[in-house]
Amino acid sequence: MRERLTLALPGALLAAFLVLPLLALAGTATPDELLRGLGHPLVAPALRLSATTTAVSTTIVVLLGVPLAWWLSRARGRWASLAETVLQLPIVVPPAVAGVALLLAFGRRGVAGPALEALGVVIPFSTTAVVLAEVFVAAPFFLQAGVSAFRRIDDRLILVARSLGASPSTLLVRVAMPLAAPGLVAGAAMSWARALGEFGATLMFAGNMEGVTQTLPLAIYTALESDLRAAQAISLVLVVMAFALLALVRVALHRFERALGPSV
Amino acid sequence: MTRGAWMALTLVAGVAACTRTVEPPKEQALVVFAATSLREPFTALARDFSQAHPGVTITFNFAGTQELRAQLLQGAVADVLASADTRSMGELVRSGHVESPALLAKGEPVVVVSRHAAATITDFAALPRAGTIVIGGPEVPIGRYTAQILARADAKLGGSFAARVQERVVSREPNVKQVLAKVRMGEADAGVVYRSDTVGVLELSVVAIPAELNVVAEYPIAITTAPPHPAMARAFVELARSPAGQAALQRAGFLPQGGG
Repeated sequence: MRERLTLALPGALLAAFLVLPLLALAGTATPDELLRGLGHPLVAPALRLSATTTAVSTTIVVLLGVPLAWWLSRARGRWASLAETVLQLPIVVPPAVAGVALLLAFGRRGVAGPALEALGVVIPFSTTAVVLAEVFVAAPFFLQAGVSAFRRIDDRLILVARSLGASPSTLLVRVAMPLAAPGLVAGAAMSWARALGEFGATLMFAGNMEGVTQTLPLAIYTALESDLRAAQAISLVLVVMAFALLALVRVALHRFERALGPSV
Repeated sequence: MTRGAWMALTLVAGVAACTRTVEPPKEQALVVFAATSLREPFTALARDFSQAHPGVTITFNFAGTQELRAQLLQGAVADVLASADTRSMGELVRSGHVESPALLAKGEPVVVVSRHAAATITDFAALPRAGTIVIGGPEVPIGRYTAQILARADAKLGGSFAARVQERVVSREPNVKQVLAKVRMGEADAGVVYRSDTVGVLELSVVAIPAELNVVAEYPIAITTAPPHPAMARAFVELARSPAGQAALQRAGFLPQGGG
């Protein structure tokens, strides 16, 4: 019993530390104040923009991320593991730095700038820039989950499918993806949650313009300067959305574990 | 007691120790909260100050005026506050956190133009010819000043000047450094910042705003209501407002108290 308590104390300390700020977010304003905060003119356009851009960026991440995660999960050797490490770097790069890097690459004066300009495409300060920033910071989360989901598929199933004459694309779409589906769904939800919260890279690369590039996190920052209650209300909306997505991750992963049985 | 309990206790003690060391400033360490734009001149002044008062060091907290205000309201301990607008200072006077502010310096809003647009925008009247413009948001001081300048220009220059500029605005940045960064990188053609932000920046050209259209940003300085080092705090404010202090501010691109 005492042993259990000594373990519980540090754990409880950390849990309390993590939960208290979230509770303070909900508890320090009256429901009436929060409702009025949601009525702030910044909220509706930002909510719309966040919903559409994250839907687009998550779709891009999944469509392009599935084949890449599949390749990474099958590839062996030094170069493959180097590629996997490099593709995870956006997770640890500070978002503001990611924003500068995106400008240096796709800005008007960036590496790809002249080529884009020739095509008549200007990315910075556009909704496209918001989507690109979200893909950049969120895709690694999907790749990570996808690679580990594909790796947990029993190699024998792949061999059997191959021996029965399945082409590489049939193998991926008809065999591997259904088997890894819960892991892929979990990865997509994680990456969606990350895209929703994206702030630093968006501010740097896309700027802050109502209805065009001002997503929910940017609206929070803008409201913070003048109307704390509005900022608090938008934050709560984000927290609730993220909670729903993370709950989806848990359910998906739970089903995955059950379907595959105990891991070796 | 088990090892786990000791570990937990050490952890708690560690956290407690950390909070203790942060709070009260040391015996002779004057704590100055100052707007980010004052970093250069204040760092220079700190050297003069330490020479005149051996044994006294200055700990600076440079941040956006909005952040400094929030920190003081949440109970941060400081001796001196220098802010980038009179509005935040006035609020802190009313809430009883600082006393009797005095004018420290004045800031001059200017138009900055990226290298690539320098040939097109050579004076303020040409601003609507910029392809893309970034300005401060309406909630930050530079954004409020920009709106006032545009309103005056609209009245004086006519030709729906303000509307033509607003048409080109692609972003309303939450602080002046973001405006500067975007023009500096050439992503936006023009923006409005303070002259002090442009000192030593080579990648852009500076276009003055005609005096009859411009507004002047006032930087006030004040001592907190409960300074840990009242005598030193007074000495620092006096130094900043002395001719030597004003010269340092002028070198950093500010206008002296009497100018502007």
